[in-house]
Amino acid sequence: MTDLPNSLRTGPDERGHFGQFGGRYVAETLMPLILDLERHYRAAQADPAFKAEFDYLLKHYVGRPSPLWFAERLTEHLGGAKIYLKREDLNHTGAHKINNCIGQILLAKRMGKTKIIAETGAGQHGVATATVAALFGLPCTIFMGAVDVARQQPNVFRMKLLGAEVVAVESGAKTLKDAMNEALRHWVANVHDTFYIIGTVAGPHPYPELVRDFQSVIGDEAREQILEAEGRLPDMLIAPVGGGSNAIGLFHPFLDDADVEIVGVEAAGEGLDGKHAASLAGGRPGILHGNKTYLLQDEDGQITEAHSISAGLDYPGIGPEHSWLHEIGRVRYEPVTDAEALASFQKLTKLEGIIPALESAHAIAAAERIAPTLGPDKIIIVNCSGRGDKDIFTVADALGVEL
Amino acid sequence: MTRFTAAFGKPRTALVAFITAGDGDTAANLDALVAGGADVIELGMPFTDPMADGPAIQAANLRSLAKGTTTADIFAIATLFRARHPDTPLVLMGYANPMTIRGDDWFAAECAKAGVDGVICVDIPAEEDPELGPALRAAGLDLIRLATPTTDTARLPAVLSGAGGFLYYVSVAGITGQQQAAQASIDEAVVRLKAATDLPVAVGFGVRTPEQAAQIARVADGVVVGSAFIDIIAEHGDAAAPYVETFTRSLVDAIHGAKEIAA
Ligand SMILES: Cc1ncc(COP(=O)(O)O)c(C=O)c1O
Repeated sequence: MTDLPNSLRTGPDERGHFGQFGGRYVAETLMPLILDLERHYRAAQADPAFKAEFDYLLKHYVGRPSPLWFAERLTEHLGGAKIYLKREDLNHTGAHKINNCIGQILLAKRMGKTKIIAETGAGQHGVATATVAALFGLPCTIFMGAVDVARQQPNVFRMKLLGAEVVAVESGAKTLKDAMNEALRHWVANVHDTFYIIGTVAGPHPYPELVRDFQSVIGDEAREQILEAEGRLPDMLIAPVGGGSNAIGLFHPFLDDADVEIVGVEAAGEGLDGKHAASLAGGRPGILHGNKTYLLQDEDGQITEAHSISAGLDYPGIGPEHSWLHEIGRVRYEPVTDAEALASFQKLTKLEGIIPALESAHAIAAAERIAPTLGPDKIIIVNCSGRGDKDIFTVADALGVEL
Repeated sequence: MTRFTAAFGKPRTALVAFITAGDGDTAANLDALVAGGADVIELGMPFTDPMADGPAIQAANLRSLAKGTTTADIFAIATLFRARHPDTPLVLMGYANPMTIRGDDWFAAECAKAGVDGVICVDIPAEEDPELGPALRAAGLDLIRLATPTTDTARLPAVLSGAGGFLYYVSVAGITGQQQAAQASIDEAVVRLKAATDLPVAVGFGVRTPEQAAQIARVADGVVVGSAFIDIIAEHGDAAAPYVETFTRSLVDAIHGAKEIAA
């Protein structure tokens, strides 16, 4: 038995570990910078002016708070628990990613860094990063796998319009993990003036912690909103998990509420027997990109390729705090396949007039599975982490429709 | 006396040569390095995600993995090398995940069994030493640490604590195979490092030519050359050994000359 602390919200420890996960597995060149980042983050946390500027930008630039929408027609259709959607899709740039980018660019400014870099898979984090870089007038380079550049042209063009340079990464498998490798390589050579805005709750400490803190606005708002709407806490939370930033943002403020069941949804791709991106269901603990966490890998520790129809979930790892929450059993992680997500994408669009991101459609699919098994007196909050406009080409292709 | 102290105790600066295991005819290339006069050998363990490496070594990793190189193959290469060359120190260099995936004790025991003398793990800094350091030291192996231009004086004691074999000074803040650092910055760094440790100091990253090696040899205890060997292997494939030997000898001759001038 693991000895559980009184609160599940105190992690990581001072070395950046969540149980056995997390840590700072980086080259020596980066280590002094990571320590410096941590010092600046601690100072920012203690500075009311930092929080005030963050809150101001979230309200007036991002458009927060995002609504908590009672999805009445979906609820009726499923005939079980009441389903509320946390509408991160209504944020500026169309997803939760911007919350984190605002926080990190404020840190970059505090640290006196003059250049911004980021990795991106689908391009959502790249667009959000390019957006805040434009807002703050900082030059920005986005690393994106060449395969993703080819299949996400609209987002590539968006980033360029925003003034970012997009580097098509030709190394390895040319997808998200290779983009992250290349961003780390660039960072190692430019540590003196460059800030790396990591897009999810992964990477070396303190990234998983600070990205979580910036994203926790999702759960803080949802908590207040559901108390106002229903006068009580929800029975369940559901969110999709790529690296896990939108999910931990919703979950973290509820971790100590033992009566709130929490479900993270991993991308099961073609199914867990085939190609997928479910690191917890199909992986083992290992070390990659600065942290110890569950990874898709072979017996020699070589990283294997992930697959999901949703580019934002197409990553062979998961944030270390999720690995810990999985091992202690506080959060249950369930797989959802490409086909299930596609069906839910269409269902939510038709029933609620909301086109969800394919990532978010994974969470909707899990809700469809679970809601009918619960009584109508139960309440579920699903994180609608982003809007699906970016995905219409992928969906059309999967449905055999020519645009 | 360990193989490291013998290798670095010679009257001239040591040549530390890096190649990737499983890329080309590794056994033949290792023999060529020894025949050409390399004093220490670093054998790279290929990894799918070599985050600290430039294009040349990335490609070598992928070529090796594409041929199906496994961890067991690497230990077999090391074991046979040790049988042929009882005196040349052998270092395994690579990334944390392949080294720790079966457990740190397993890895340390396999290294000891194969006659490996030391290990360099790129992405286990001093802060994460418990991941691998204690197991290696308990098995009688040296954990070789990296110091970089960003390692300041305040941090150096942490880097040196638990370090063994030699100290590897990564002379540029960057990845392998790129530009070389300014000689003045290398000179300054080596003086600073040698004041802080009794370990031999080897300098690498961006060293490609005999001339560069000679410059570094005037101040350092070792010169590390990697990508230049990888380029030769990339060009000549399985027939690279004679070229590897010739290039090794040219480096060694230059290094040798340097110390004579300095003396
Ligand atoms: C809309 C949306 N949801 C979810 C994700 C997955 O990321 P994370 O797990 O960090 O929230 C992404 C990533 O691109 C995304 O764009």
